[in-house]
Amino acid sequence: MALTEQDIARLARLSGLRLDSNDQSRARQELDRILGLIEELQAVDTTGIEPMAHPLAAHQEIALRLRDDTAEPAQSAARRDACLRNAPAPHEGLFLVPTVIE
Amino acid sequence: MSQLSEFHSIQALGEALRSRRVSAAELAADALRAARAHADPNIFLQIDDELTLAQARAADQALADGTAGALTGIPIAHKDLFVTEGWRTTAASRMLEGYVSPFDATVVRNLRQAGAVSLGKLSCDEFAMGSANENSAFGPVRNPWDAERIPGGSSGGSAAAVAAGLVLGATGTDTGGSVRQPAAYCGVSGIKPTYGTVSRYGIIAYASSLDQAGPLARSAQDLVPLLDAMSGFDPQDSTSLESCDGRPNTGGRIQADFEAARGAFQAAGQQPLKGLRIGVPREFFNEGLAPAVGAAVESALQVFESLGASRVEISLPLTRLSIPAYYVIAPAEASSNLSRYDGVRYGHRAAQYTDLADMTSRSRSEGFGDEVRRRILVGTYVLSHGYYDAYYLQAQRVRRMIADDFRRALADDCDVIMGPVTPDVARRIGDNRQDPIADWLGDIYTLGVSLAGLPAMSIPCGFGGDSGRLPIGLQIVGRYFDEGRLLALADRYQQATDWHQRTPELA
Amino acid sequence: MDWEIVIGLETHAQLSTQSKIFSRSSTRFGAEPNTQANAVDMALPGSLPAMNRGAVERAIQFGLAVGAHVAPRSVFARKNYFYPDLPKNYQISQFELPIVVGGRLSFFVGEQEHTVNLTRAHLEEDAGKSLHGHFTGPHGESSSGIDLNRAGTPLLEIVSEPEMRSAAEAVAYARTLHGLVVWLGICDGNMQEGSFRCDANVSVRPRGQAEFGTRCEIKNLNSFRFLERAIQYEVRRQIELIEDGGKVVQETRLYDADRDETRSMRTKEDSDDYRYFPDPDLPPLIVSPDWIEQIRQTLPELPAAKRARFESDMGLSPYDAAQLTLHRAVSDYFEAVAAALPAGQAKQAANWILGELSAALNRDGLDIAQSPVPPERLATLIARIQDGTISTKIARDVFAAMWAGESGGDADAIIEAKGLRQISDTGAIETMIDEVLAANPAIVEEYRAGKQKAFNSLVGQVMKAARGKANPQQVNEILKRKLDA
Repeated sequence: MALTEQDIARLARLSGLRLDSNDQSRARQELDRILGLIEELQAVDTTGIEPMAHPLAAHQEIALRLRDDTAEPAQSAARRDACLRNAPAPHEGLFLVPTVIE
Repeated sequence: MSQLSEFHSIQALGEALRSRRVSAAELAADALRAARAHADPNIFLQIDDELTLAQARAADQALADGTAGALTGIPIAHKDLFVTEGWRTTAASRMLEGYVSPFDATVVRNLRQAGAVSLGKLSCDEFAMGSANENSAFGPVRNPWDAERIPGGSSGGSAAAVAAGLVLGATGTDTGGSVRQPAAYCGVSGIKPTYGTVSRYGIIAYASSLDQAGPLARSAQDLVPLLDAMSGFDPQDSTSLESCDGRPNTGGRIQADFEAARGAFQAAGQQPLKGLRIGVPREFFNEGLAPAVGAAVESALQVFESLGASRVEISLPLTRLSIPAYYVIAPAEASSNLSRYDGVRYGHRAAQYTDLADMTSRSRSEGFGDEVRRRILVGTYVLSHGYYDAYYLQAQRVRRMIADDFRRALADDCDVIMGPVTPDVARRIGDNRQDPIADWLGDIYTLGVSLAGLPAMSIPCGFGGDSGRLPIGLQIVGRYFDEGRLLALADRYQQATDWHQRTPELA
Repeated sequence: MDWEIVIGLETHAQLSTQSKIFSRSSTRFGAEPNTQANAVDMALPGSLPAMNRGAVERAIQFGLAVGAHVAPRSVFARKNYFYPDLPKNYQISQFELPIVVGGRLSFFVGEQEHTVNLTRAHLEEDAGKSLHGHFTGPHGESSSGIDLNRAGTPLLEIVSEPEMRSAAEAVAYARTLHGLVVWLGICDGNMQEGSFRCDANVSVRPRGQAEFGTRCEIKNLNSFRFLERAIQYEVRRQIELIEDGGKVVQETRLYDADRDETRSMRTKEDSDDYRYFPDPDLPPLIVSPDWIEQIRQTLPELPAAKRARFESDMGLSPYDAAQLTLHRAVSDYFEAVAAALPAGQAKQAANWILGELSAALNRDGLDIAQSPVPPERLATLIARIQDGTISTKIARDVFAAMWAGESGGDADAIIEAKGLRQISDTGAIETMIDEVLAANPAIVEEYRAGKQKAFNSLVGQVMKAARGKANPQQVNEILKRKLDA
């Protein structure tokens, strides 16, 4: 069940991570080791068992709560700027990113 | 020695504050000094005197007005995973270095409104991923009992701050053991409540279906007002529960349950725990358990028996498999939760890049440490097409089976489950770095509880290691919503023992 | 080679809620950038989603309106991919268990009625917007500005089965779907503002072949005209490609309106493993039968039901009934006119609305809600034709005057003021006819010789003498009687 270089490259791409060739070979080794651990799950017979998403789902009914459709007031430009304070490249209230040509 | 070190409990300090023998502002200023002077500079990631003193002055006002509560003026600190207005929040990561949140986490707000005074933000493992507090981007935290050893993680800073007497309470988060395990290694008390009872809004998400905030403090009794203030239904968190088996999830519930249970124990005289059945999982006492830990837990069980409880052996056959189940589910959820860190709206952006995709991948790779990158890759893998069923869904099925095993035991066989928190005492800083799963294997006793969402505590029950000076923790697991009763049980044990009163001698 | 075209549409309708699907930010269009994006919309650390009841209600309304199954339990899932207008770098959507399953939509293409089955409809959040101005980034790089005001707006994604066989069908389906969501009040239908967007999945196959050909997806078409042109171009492209010996590659394409062509989006390989999994921040959505029933009670009479009623109770043709039930405002107007008229005159009402009124609205660029002629007044006009006060021809002039607001827009006042009352007095008509006959002996001869056109010419002369106001039926009858006598 060993991972190939392509597997690692693909995982890195899907994960939005950049791995240089050293990183890649180390990642391969580490992931192989980790996969060895998680392969242990295959040994469990889970026929007829439903996956569990919320930990209390078997204890009580867990349903999505719905909130009323009321809007908060729009933010002032000043408040918006406070949120943008953490932005690496703010400009006129927008977040700048390098352009993607489609 | 700080002024704070004269007080050994929240109750004692609270009385001194309310009777005006001590002022919150003086106490806070002194506590800040002690925090800055502490030998380990890595426990606190940020201290801001003005922010703290402003809270302390507000506390003094409440104390003067007579509107003070149990936590008014009490010095605490927050794990740097809780977002805070004013203080920066980094999740111990370069990715968020310098980030200032425009809002407070609900837990932070609740404690502030209860009058607690925050001394600042505490170190942790980066994005809560780790069991040793070695994965902080800003330096490892040292165990106050032995500076060469880890304090545990991911809430290592929180446990160390309490153990070192810098605060009387600290917030932590527990996803797979991250409150219980550092509490055990640092000889303090900590509790992870039932999933859904404490709001996750404002906690930087690691694994959404597992993360739960919990306090650490010197004793179970101290944990009560902390947890009670922290918990409560929050409509901003869709996984937050409105009711706990029919009772409203609000402040006061845990306090009331604790007092009712404690009262019952007091009224029962010589054998206060008579009728209590303690389930002891045989799988927790396998060959992986260090003899000293086994011995300390055994002694603790005998104390409970001497108080009238009886023990019964139970079986949690999937204990070992809780490790792969957890390490599929948590990384899967984390890989998605951490996708938002891309250098676009906040956080680290790479200085050099060729295009958008390059900017994103460089920013993330530069901003995240090794363990975080590793878990993101694992998470992406187990969710990817062709593997989702075999890994992620399989893990969620095993999860249900694990939860069922716990529920059955707690319904049919016993009232609480007890056992070790960790297989051994704290290891040395720097060990286990070669093997990515070595630390993961040490989580064996805590993961299943997290997968099932049950409440669990860790309280000091002895010492071990070559020096005989490294703390050992006892884990107590209860039924859903049993937090108050667990705390009362732990408190009863702490009335009969003094492990929780030991403190490390500081250099 | 006889090619069959196969089209399926995926439509994204922005739901008309006040607040966003997972946050309380307003959904109002046109605000200053990033002033309607709170912590949740910006995906700030620690933020979590909370579900808007109004979005769920609207999804249920839609499901009931198309006869679909409303799932008692549906699940929100994360669709993971990196894109700067997607703040969390995942979109909260629904994957395996959507809220609406199945359903169908009927529509007309010309006189031909079609029905297309729907696969499903589900709730999801919209992304933000990229503004491509002349922005420069911190290193001088060409940049785009991200505005997250739109991020988190609730969307209902409606997926059709690939049952359409021409661009015209696809457009008719889209128009009808558009009309329905606006009818229900769940979407404002403003396509310029992006409230209603279609993606078209297009493929071709030799007629008779069971397997589908390889399809391409054309994204984000926000006008019916572009939808039609894009499909037409794409069909031609695929056919030419195959006939030249090539193979259609499955890909996503964009329509370039300026060049009237579709072109491939620059995509990376493996970009489409979205790693869907149930969102752990959102428990399953449970919809009770009681709630569904409550919502069913609040549904307006649906277009299909109204259409059936217009056909059976009011005797309208299927086509006219369909046209009048494309927009609720139009059917409301029609019903108001019909109600103000005696029984049996619904057809006239339909003709006037689909004819003169429609033409005037189009000419002046107005919605029916802005019509200067309200339904009661149109009814009066129609009644005056029916009671012989004016002829149909004159009525058009009266209508034009009503539209322009003359005499307060009142038909009777206009008729009086302009002296347009039809002459129905047979005596007067006889006199006029006698005069015309006397003055046109040659034409009378032509008629007697069998030239029908001569009759019309005489009618014309009588009408001219009457300045258009003679009752045409009476003129015809009396003239014929006199000529044939």
